[in-house]
Amino acid sequence: MSQAYVPSLDVLERTVVRRERRLPLKGDTNVKVGDSVDQSTIVASTELPGKPIPLSAAVKLNVSPTELPESMLKKEGDTITQDETIGMSYSFFGLFKTPLISPITGTIDSISGISGQIILREAPIPVEVEAYISGNVVEVEDGEAVTVETTAALIQGIFGIGQEKVGELVLAVPDRSTVLKPEHIKPDHQGKILIGGNLITHEAIKLADEYKVKGIIGGGINDRDLKEILGYDLGVAITGNEPGVTLVVTEGFGNIDMSEKTFRLLSSHVGDLASINGATQIRAGVIRPEVIIPLSKEKAEGNVSPAAEGKIIEVGAKVRIIRNPNFGVIGEVVGLPHEQTLIPSGAKVRVATIKLPDGSKYDIPRANIEIAD
Amino acid sequence: MSSSLDLAKIRRILATDCGSTTTKAILIQKVGDEYRQTHRGEAPTTVEAPVEDVTHGVRNSIRELEELSGIKMLDDEGQIYKEMSDTTGVDLYVSTSSAGGGLQMIVSGVVKEMTGESAERAALGAGAIVMETLAVNDGMLAHEKIERVRYLRPDMMLLAGGVDGGTVKHVLAITEIVGASNPKPRLGLSYQLPVIYAGNVDAREEVSRILSDKVELDICENLRPSLEKENLDPSRQRIQAQFLEHVMSHAPGYPNLMKLTDVDIMPTPGAVGKIIQTVARLEDIKVVGVDIGGATTDVFSVFKNYETGEDIFNRSVSANLGMSYSFSNVLAEAGLENVMRWVPFDMEETQLRNQVKNKMIRPTSIPHALEDLIFEQAVAREALRLSFEQHKSLAVGLKGVQKQRSIGDIFAQSESGSTLVNMMDCGLVIGSGGVLSHAPLRNQSALMMIDSFYPEGFTKLAVDSIFMMPHLGVLSEVYPEAANQVFEKDCLIFIGTCVAPVGNTNKDSNTVMEVTIEYPDGKREDFAMHYGQLIKKPLGAEETAKVTVKPSREFDMGVGKGKVVVEEVKGGLVGLIFDTRGRPFNMTTNPRERIEKLTEWYRNLEVYPGFEG
Repeated sequence: MSQAYVPSLDVLERTVVRRERRLPLKGDTNVKVGDSVDQSTIVASTELPGKPIPLSAAVKLNVSPTELPESMLKKEGDTITQDETIGMSYSFFGLFKTPLISPITGTIDSISGISGQIILREAPIPVEVEAYISGNVVEVEDGEAVTVETTAALIQGIFGIGQEKVGELVLAVPDRSTVLKPEHIKPDHQGKILIGGNLITHEAIKLADEYKVKGIIGGGINDRDLKEILGYDLGVAITGNEPGVTLVVTEGFGNIDMSEKTFRLLSSHVGDLASINGATQIRAGVIRPEVIIPLSKEKAEGNVSPAAEGKIIEVGAKVRIIRNPNFGVIGEVVGLPHEQTLIPSGAKVRVATIKLPDGSKYDIPRANIEIAD
Repeated sequence: MSSSLDLAKIRRILATDCGSTTTKAILIQKVGDEYRQTHRGEAPTTVEAPVEDVTHGVRNSIRELEELSGIKMLDDEGQIYKEMSDTTGVDLYVSTSSAGGGLQMIVSGVVKEMTGESAERAALGAGAIVMETLAVNDGMLAHEKIERVRYLRPDMMLLAGGVDGGTVKHVLAITEIVGASNPKPRLGLSYQLPVIYAGNVDAREEVSRILSDKVELDICENLRPSLEKENLDPSRQRIQAQFLEHVMSHAPGYPNLMKLTDVDIMPTPGAVGKIIQTVARLEDIKVVGVDIGGATTDVFSVFKNYETGEDIFNRSVSANLGMSYSFSNVLAEAGLENVMRWVPFDMEETQLRNQVKNKMIRPTSIPHALEDLIFEQAVAREALRLSFEQHKSLAVGLKGVQKQRSIGDIFAQSESGSTLVNMMDCGLVIGSGGVLSHAPLRNQSALMMIDSFYPEGFTKLAVDSIFMMPHLGVLSEVYPEAANQVFEKDCLIFIGTCVAPVGNTNKDSNTVMEVTIEYPDGKREDFAMHYGQLIKKPLGAEETAKVTVKPSREFDMGVGKGKVVVEEVKGGLVGLIFDTRGRPFNMTTNPRERIEKLTEWYRNLEVYPGFEG
């Protein structure tokens, strides 16, 4: 039987999820293999070197760069406190003194007798890395990283914004075709993650932000609204540091119903704690936004589905068309012709013959379909 | 290169290019007395999880070549099969790589427009992407510079600044900032970041003192020893050596790939630059080459610097202009109006914006409808135009040079640091990358290149048939004759020659030029062209014709306004394209007129058959 390989996103009821929690610099790992952690457990910590502050010390002291080292009262490596005099110069036979006052508390990193510059360093900044998902520690790279594993429901979105958040899932719309509007957002949604259906509107996001909702999962978003939210036109799809409500869009830009499978799976976990991350990177090393819902011990038992990078399309498969015409429409694969086919753009490409819900059939480039359910 | 290699005996050459998404393998074989590219295979690149070993993708692409050619090139252990017979073995294996985002660098100089730009040119010419250029006058405060270095995490840094005998103080101020930021390499914490110092020789000792225990410091010749002189080659060589020694060796699977190849792996753009320079030298022409990819667009050029009399090679890379991953960014940078000026129909903005973003999140999808293709090619024109603008601003003469001017110069003076790109001098534009190499019709590729580079006078247009310039570039390092033979016979597809006079006038009814074409079969054709026209005349790829152009007095074909030019021109798959739309080109701002004009041009050039407007 004819088959084709197409990219697809994971929507899995039960799978094993591993997430590496890595420190930006070497530090301490606080857990050991086998430990059980919850989402907020601090699994690793370190101290980032404080911010370096260059200072044109020779200019401030009114001395030449070569005279700077002898004008300094503190030496390289010495600790300093804010407003402390760290250097002094004298003029007119010692009658006039010019002090150099430290603007920070920290240490002296370097003193240059050539550039006349000194570099001060602020106190170290503590960094703590949380587990993000509940589960068991399965790997520890001493002082560098911890890997946590859990059995969970996993939903990958197509695009998202915002940081890692953990919250209880709440259904905000009656069905997967409903557009998420302000009337769906309630004050008691504070700290929750909302499940939407079709479009997530700008007005709904604004209100959710006001109510301190942690995240929203929905089918689509308009680019105009995204521009309003971000304050700029997103050129390259690299996100994840945006403040405010984390968004996970499951289908794409525009009015698109959330897929049946995704909506059903999310709805079945209302009341459960979910970990979501809007970080998206569509480049080499693709990162998609995600919703991870760790399963209770009872629910975790049973067969797990492997996460897949892509899926095989066969005749009979349900697919979504991801380019115009018929963007977003779900159809059934009824043919996978081997030879290249001329399409309306004038290009000759490999196609799949798709039967649409109204019974009509179209040849669609295989690059323009993805598994729907 | 293995010392035992006898070039004269080479029968088969295997070359791979490991791109960010696809690894492309080609087989070159000796056919009769010449080398020809005979087969091509490809496979997904495997530097990312879960495989994280580039050699898997390389071997998969070679296996496809094996299936297509019937020649066994890998042994059971996956090593290159060297035992030669009619059905086994290759004599030489070479490779390039841009996987994992290519070589990403931060460079520095003292003054941004002087040593800063020289450092940029050195890095770009070696095949790097320049993430940031630090300088005393870069507009950032010292702590912002530090934050930037810490945030960007490059693969390598190049520190320049100060001519020999010049400022030490400023060089060290920047060096101290680099030292304070304690930069870490992108590919891991297990090794030190390679930093090349190529600045004022008097500062070397202090630079070593500040940096040597924090980074892998490599000191080389000053890349700007005096204001009047750039010496970029030593730095470029050090960059490529460090790339292999410290960057590639930490990339997933590259130590194994390095063992398989017979010569050093080159960064892909560095290899493309090599072959472009070779063409310019051998053909004695000025060249513009472009490679428009999914994420980035590289522009290469060789133009004469009239101040020094030398031919200068330049490369620029526009990191976020491309046709898949960067598709949405082209729109953000060019603006919707600039893209829409190439589209001969109206589109509703909300729908258009969503369509662009849907391409951004599903970058491998392709245009299905003709209108979709027209829109994508409009975006491509703007990506190419913006990349070329960036290239022109980088491909400049040295800034800061003191000039002695004579009275004559006062009337014809060029500014210090003006662009070297002179399209009237350009004899050949080479396009590569999916949107140009794989456009459904070559007419589309031709017009995309004309609408973004605006060739002047007579200019040949060609595309790289299957993107093999990187393979031939690295091959030219070890066996230039074989590389040249394949380049001429199999790599370039000539589309035709563009004939475009420089000048503008205010009325469409004004005659711009009178043209006579004398075809190889003796046939002669005379015609006149008005302002704002675009037409084509057929002339086969292997044919040449004599073209006489008599421009009107407002227009110039390179020898002065109104002066007649006669040229033997080469044909191609499209033929001869005559463009009297004016240079510089100005598109009408009236929407109805614009759509009428575009429809006329596209119809005349048969760019979008089936599109009725």
